[in-house]
Formats: sequence, C-alpha cells, structure tokens
Amino acid sequence: MIRIENLRKTYATGDVEVHALNGVNLVIDEHEFVAIMGPSGSGKSTMMNVLGCLDKPTSGTYILDGIDVIAASQNQLSEIRNRKIGFIFQSFNLLKRTTALENVELPMLYAGGSAKQRHEKAAYCLELVGLTDRMHHKPNELSGGQQQRVAIARALMNDPAIILADEPTGNLDTKSSVEIMSIFQQLNDAGHTIVVVTHEPEIAQHTKRSVWFRDGSVSSDEPVAERRFAEGPDLQLTRHQERKGEGA
Amino acid sequence: MNIFESFRISFRSLLANKLRSFLTMLGIIIGVGAVIIMVSIGEGTNQVVTQQIQSLGSNLITISPGAVSSGGVSQGSGSAQTLKMADVDSINQLDAVAAAAPSYQGRYQVAVAGKNTNTTVTGTSANFTQVKSWPMLSGRFITDDDVTNGTKVAVLGTTTVGNLFGNSNYDPVGQMVKINNVPFTVVGVLSSKGASGFQDQDDAVYIPINTYRSRFLGGKSRDSIQQILVEAKSADQINQAINEMEFTLRQNHKLGFTKPDDFSIRNFADILASAQASTQTMTLFLGGVAAISLLVGGIGIMNIMLVSVTERTREIGIRKAIGAKERDLLFQFLIEAVTLAVLGGAVGVAIGYIGSGNIGNLMHTPTSVPLNAVVLSVVFSAAIGIIFGVVPARKASKLDPIEALRYE
Repeated sequence: MIRIENLRKTYATGDVEVHALNGVNLVIDEHEFVAIMGPSGSGKSTMMNVLGCLDKPTSGTYILDGIDVIAASQNQLSEIRNRKIGFIFQSFNLLKRTTALENVELPMLYAGGSAKQRHEKAAYCLELVGLTDRMHHKPNELSGGQQQRVAIARALMNDPAIILADEPTGNLDTKSSVEIMSIFQQLNDAGHTIVVVTHEPEIAQHTKRSVWFRDGSVSSDEPVAERRFAEGPDLQLTRHQERKGEGA
Repeated sequence: MNIFESFRISFRSLLANKLRSFLTMLGIIIGVGAVIIMVSIGEGTNQVVTQQIQSLGSNLITISPGAVSSGGVSQGSGSAQTLKMADVDSINQLDAVAAAAPSYQGRYQVAVAGKNTNTTVTGTSANFTQVKSWPMLSGRFITDDDVTNGTKVAVLGTTTVGNLFGNSNYDPVGQMVKINNVPFTVVGVLSSKGASGFQDQDDAVYIPINTYRSRFLGGKSRDSIQQILVEAKSADQINQAINEMEFTLRQNHKLGFTKPDDFSIRNFADILASAQASTQTMTLFLGGVAAISLLVGGIGIMNIMLVSVTERTREIGIRKAIGAKERDLLFQFLIEAVTLAVLGGAVGVAIGYIGSGNIGNLMHTPTSVPLNAVVLSVVFSAAIGIIFGVVPARKASKLDPIEALRYE
C-alpha cells in the first residue's frame, strides 16, 4: 500500500539546511493500523505532510497504492489527496457555517458525481459514525468529539486507500478520545488502513504497530505489545464491511 | 468539479456576508448608475437640440452675402450687399427648390396706444411661411400683392402680441401698430414656435420686404437683401439645390471663373450635424467621468476579494487538503468577484433607469436611456469583475495547503 525508500526532505532556512527527513524507509501494508510517534522536531509532522501528499519530498521514493507520488504534478497531487487519502486533523478543520452533511459531501464535490449520489453517500458515512441525527447541525453546534466524528465521516467519503490522522485526539477530552479511538479500531477491523500521528503513548497503544521517529529517520518499528481496546459505541460495521467487499 | 457547484459555493459565501457583499457591489452600482444617468441626460439634450434645430425649418438652406473687402481688409461675411430680389426670383425657378423667401432684419420699436416693445422686425415675402413650415394662428400672412405694392401690413409672433396687448391669446387682427413710428395694420398672428437656443422665435414682427426697404432702409441697402431662406424639395435634394443656387447666383452676379463666390450658402443639416457632434462630445465626457467611478468600484471589488482570501485562508487550506484543484479555487473566487460586479451592474442599470427619469423631471430636461449604454455598462462591469477578480482568485489558488491549514 505504501512504500517509502530513502526519503529526504530538506528545508533551507537562510544558510543553514535543515534535514527534516533524513533517509526514511517505511512500508505500510493494507489493513495495517500504524502509530507514528516521536518527540517534537523528530520529523513526524513533515512525514505526515509528505504521506498526505501536501508536501513534496526532496528526494527518495514514495509509492502510494501503486502511484509514484514523487513524479506527480500539483494537479495530480490534488487528485491523489482527493481519492486516496482521508485526512483527520487535530483541530477538525471543518468548514464553518456549513452543515455536517455538507462538510462530509465536500470530497465528492471535488471528485465529481451527481448531487443525489453525494447526499446518499454523505448520509451513509454520517450514519457510520453515529451522527445521523446531527446531520444538519453546523460545527459550532457540535461537541469536539462530534466534530471529529464528522471529520472521520468526511475522510471516508471517497473510500480512500488510507486514513491519515494527525493528533486526532489532541483537542479532545479523555472520554471523546476513547470514543474516537474506538471508531478507528472498528474501521480498521472493517478493513481500513489507518496511520495516526501522535505523541501520546496511550493513543499509540490502541494501534497495532508503532513507528518511532528521531532526528528525521525511523528509530524503532515494532508491533504494539499489550494493545488496548477502546470502549465505544458499536458502529455496526458488518454492513460496511460487506459494502467495502462488494466495492473491491 | 462541476461548474454549477462552483456557482453554488460562491453564492453561498456571498450570502454568508450579505452586508459586505452589498457594500462591495455599491461601488459598481453607483458607477453603472452614474454612467447611465449621465449618458441619458446627454442623449436627452441631444434630442432636444435636434428638435429645436429641425423646428427652424426642415430642408432649410440660407444664403448670405459675401464679405466686402476694402483695401485688402475683409469686413466679414454678410457685409457685402450682393444679394438682390432678382436672385430670389431666379432661385424660386430652380428644380430642387420648393420655395425661397428674402429676409431683411432689424430691431425697431413697435408700439400700440400706451404700450411699446423693442423687437426683431423682418421684411420678407409670401413664401416665408412655407420655407419655415410655420402655420398661422389667425388672420393671414403677407401676400405677393403686399410685397409688390409695399403695403403697410404686419404679422406678429405670439410673444410680441403678449408684449403689446398684455395677453398672448389676444387676437389683434385689424389693430394698428406703429413700427419705428410708421403705422401698420395687423393682418395675422403666427402660431407659437417656441425658443430656439437663446432666441425666442415668437418675439418677432413680419412685414413685406419692399415696405421694409422703402421705410427703414436708405441709400445702397435699398436694393439689397440681407439673407435668402430656401427650402429644398426634399432632404435628398439639398445638395442639388445648393449646386443649382451656386451656379445661378454666380451667373446672376456675372462672376468669372477666377472670382470667388460673393455669397455664402449654409445648410441646416450641417448646423444640425455640428450641434449633434457637440452634444455627443458632452455625452462622452459625462459618461467618461462616470466610468471612472465604475473603475473605482472595480478596485473596491479587488480590495474586498483580497481581504476575503486572507480571511478564508484556512477554508482554502481545508479545501485544498481535501482535493480541490487550483482551478476549482480560481473559479470559486473569480465567480464571486464576477457575481458582485454583474449583480452590481444590474442594480446599477435599474437605478440608472429610475434615476434618469427623476433627474429629468427635476431638471426639466428630457432624458433617454440608450440601450447600447445599458449593454455596454453591464458588459463593462462583468469585465471589471474578471479583471479585478483574477488577482485575488489566483492568490487563493496558489496558497500552500500546509501554510493555509496552519493559519489562525
């Protein structure tokens, strides 16, 4: 699914060159649930941006779902972000003054497709995260946990190859954090590939594999021992699993 | 992305900031409104001037004597006394001429018992009313017999009737008036023609040309005519008539090939054209001044759109992260700018229509909104939306999504 070889990202600040990524090698397979960890300045944010095709690496190889990202133009990068990646941010990044439903519809708006198709799919994604009754609420009428669930629904909209979550629980209280991690675990069980960037070991413990970054490269990469299972609402994903199976 | 979706997104964000959208449009509204009002005033004035000049007589041509040159110093056109009654008679015979009337004018005191006024007294012939297409209000005009016999009859304009008899509706036919102390009998009143430029055409007295010459003129001027008024048979025949008259007059005056004309012919169509040209220049000038305010309105749109792009940096970042292409964002912001401009233009046109009517009533000048000004200002405001919308829209589309997402 993801193959990264000898990836480098260098920023020039004045005369000094900063090697934010300094030869990263990483392979992530389908159905994996990976936590990217590391102290600040370790390069994990840069890694997140490169993984999400928001930033182009200076050199190296990055193959996402069979596509050579390094060779892609700005326009193609937009398309990859749109179809292959589902973003979830720490600060939710929902459009203000726009209902949950319309926020979730957004990725398909840029992908194309009829309005009817879009409404149906968005309603379905909101149903998955248990927000059918909040469909027509605007972000400022929703709690933090609910807003993040809207963001998850939005990430699922175009059936992405990979879900990228950048500190998804950073702005949430413990209860909501557990809820969000529960959703991630259930989505992973249903077959979604998920990468979470976090600095909280407890969050990482909910994943299956933790990759540590230090000084711009991977310092350790091991399966999660003593994995935690979050208590949360049952999303009834069996149907989703079937639907995904049909789509594949 | 579908273009309709781009429109929907743009409209929504304009509606989300109603007051700001309206204030931004106001620049264009005022600009377009001003252009339309100004051009309509100019156009209305043009029509009035045209009507006034046409009221002087359609197909009218005037012939004046040339300049006297004594010792190489010209005394100006009209100073010579080269036009004679014989010229009028021969011009009357020409193919392209409907009628020709002589005219000799001066200002004299006109008096009735207890009242007097100073007015233009014109000596002319029976053809005058036909040449000027001027109907009578009451009585009759001067006849050929009056001219031949030099009778002392006078025809008055309505303003003069008002000045002399205290009421312009009074019928003075049969009354006596004294012109320069010579008694005349009033035989008719001309219908009212209104003012032309600075001159009230109804403030006038007409008497037979021979009477004028024998009573008011002396010496050499006795045989001469100040001006000949000629009506061509139709507008198409004006040039033909001018050529014929030129030929006849040169022949009458026995001018050799090398000698210049001793008369000058003026065509009212030319006067009309030059008057129209001058009002058109005024229209253009007024429209130009108003167009500057339209330009200022366009800059206002650019200003607000730039602010809007900065303010919505985070939104742009979100849209880009989710997969919006540069083109999608370019269209979104361009459509917003063009919508503001075109909507402003449409409201401006409506206000221009209403405003030009009201201002016309207020200033007592007729106004007329020309369709091409409406089309032009709407097209122009759309163009302004595109031109001034491109810079902010490009700025939005080129934003770096990482930076934009970090923006607070």
